[in-house]
Amino acid sequence: MTELQEINKSTSAKKYIVPIGPQHPALKEPGHFQFTVEGEIVVDATIRLGYVHRGIEKAAEQRNYTQVLYLVERVCGICSHSHGTAFIQCAEKLAGVEIPPRAKAVRAIAGEIERLHSHLLWLGVASHGGGFDSMFMYSWRDREIVMEILENFFGNRVNYSVNIPGGVKEDITTEFIDQVTPKLEYLKKRMEYYLDVINTDITFRQRTVNIGKIGKVETDKLGATGPTARASGVARDMRITRPYDGYDLFPVNIVTDDRCDLNARFVVRIKECIESILYIIDVMNRMPDGELTAKMPRKIPAGEYMSSVEAPRGELFYFVRSNGTENPDRVKIRTASLCNWGTVVSSVAKGHKLADMPMILSGIDPCFSCNDRMVQISRGKNDSEVWTWEQLRKYGIEYYQ
Amino acid sequence: MQKSAIDLSDIQEDTPQSRLTIEQRLRNWARIKSPWAIHYNSGSCNGCDIELLTLVTPRYDVERFGVKLQGSPRHADILIVTGSVTFQSKDRLIRIFNQMPEPKLVLGLGSCSISGGVFHDCYCVVQGGVSNVIPVDVFVPGCPPRPEAMINGLLVLLDIAKGKRQKSDYNQPTIVENPDVVEAPLNAPEENGEK
Repeated sequence: MTELQEINKSTSAKKYIVPIGPQHPALKEPGHFQFTVEGEIVVDATIRLGYVHRGIEKAAEQRNYTQVLYLVERVCGICSHSHGTAFIQCAEKLAGVEIPPRAKAVRAIAGEIERLHSHLLWLGVASHGGGFDSMFMYSWRDREIVMEILENFFGNRVNYSVNIPGGVKEDITTEFIDQVTPKLEYLKKRMEYYLDVINTDITFRQRTVNIGKIGKVETDKLGATGPTARASGVARDMRITRPYDGYDLFPVNIVTDDRCDLNARFVVRIKECIESILYIIDVMNRMPDGELTAKMPRKIPAGEYMSSVEAPRGELFYFVRSNGTENPDRVKIRTASLCNWGTVVSSVAKGHKLADMPMILSGIDPCFSCNDRMVQISRGKNDSEVWTWEQLRKYGIEYYQ
Repeated sequence: MQKSAIDLSDIQEDTPQSRLTIEQRLRNWARIKSPWAIHYNSGSCNGCDIELLTLVTPRYDVERFGVKLQGSPRHADILIVTGSVTFQSKDRLIRIFNQMPEPKLVLGLGSCSISGGVFHDCYCVVQGGVSNVIPVDVFVPGCPPRPEAMINGLLVLLDIAKGKRQKSDYNQPTIVENPDVVEAPLNAPEENGEK
């Protein structure tokens, strides 16, 4: 063995750590990743989150229910309607208010339009991660149609706040239906075209088929939700297993795929878009009559309630405890992105090339601003259960410095 | 008579001050045609970020003005900050700002960057927005601002760079104190690698 070969052998056995983030061209949001690589193959991955932790759960305790509704919509700008719906459902159930069926239908339609815009956004970002920039430009051009619908109808492109306590703000008029239907039909054609592209384009198939595989059992065990779980054959959908506002009146079809790889995640999301379009058109044409809002008291009776909403990324969970005043006593949020991180870190990332990482990361549609929550693990008996405001503030400042 | 791109007629030659002005005008002339921007999310809800991303896509396309999103802060002229500043991203924001070459411009997007917005009294957020951390040239209000408003903000920023609009402390280089980051000591060169 020559000297050079010896050097090669000694260097190839070495592991390197590639740090990515928090500011990185491939990331639109701050997060820190460390990939341990051997040559080009990733053998280990760790993530560090918390760059967007703002303390929303604590801040919610100091605002009244209407204010909190606008605050939780800003947990994540992409799935703002889901956050608002999940929170206000809790408040309505605690107050014993049943919202009118027409309001339920409007909420369901808004939720599906949001799913459309979120999945189109994801399609662009994920194909950009794979170097398929023309797909990025195409899908974002088509996303503008959805944004137009949102803006014409709800008055804002993002953070459109359809919900108010006890109902919705906007009505679906016949003019709106006439305006929206051709746009949605055009979008449906485009989605079928994208489905064709991702299944036939050779380069794209090479980057997605059999990449980032995760088995059905493991997905179930890691608690993945949303399209990530459905792409692995786990039929988990809150709209079907626990129907909430709107979906109890108008059921929706579930989309699953058994191939468990990155391509399946593309297929599931695009098919979900087509389902959403059909669903919106269907519900718009058989809207129930009636009022848009029900009377809601300012003070919510004491009690606890949990609600789950199927956000574009998966199950969004809210827990609200009320103490009989105008402000909630405790709001707990668990978002879908946090459940899905486990699939990337524990199994999917390992054994792949570093170049596949951007696509695998974006395959679960991560949303950093959703998943930065504080967790305090209690060790020993002397830890006090109740934290004062000063303690919590001090902890937050010290932890993040 | 053709007008030259850089007007140097009002400058007296051979004084140290005028040399500086010439240098500044040359620099401005060179960079206002294609300013490169870097985007940092310092604690936003993603609303401004996805709206910023629409700017590089076909309908709004800011490459018409030569603006391009760039990966490295060392290549960028404009720092686009979205959202309120959380305690953890504060140090990183200052570091990115210091890494950018002078002269640099900062654009703050959204209500949160102005005052903290809905997060104004959260325990983990710097009170009072981005301008309490780094100097900001232009703010664009809105939650989130429309893409047209963002384009307008970028153009106002370019006007400031051209000198059409005045900003009192613009000509002084701004130095923000570096955060206390413990840098890992550089490893001694390894013997294997040198051969």
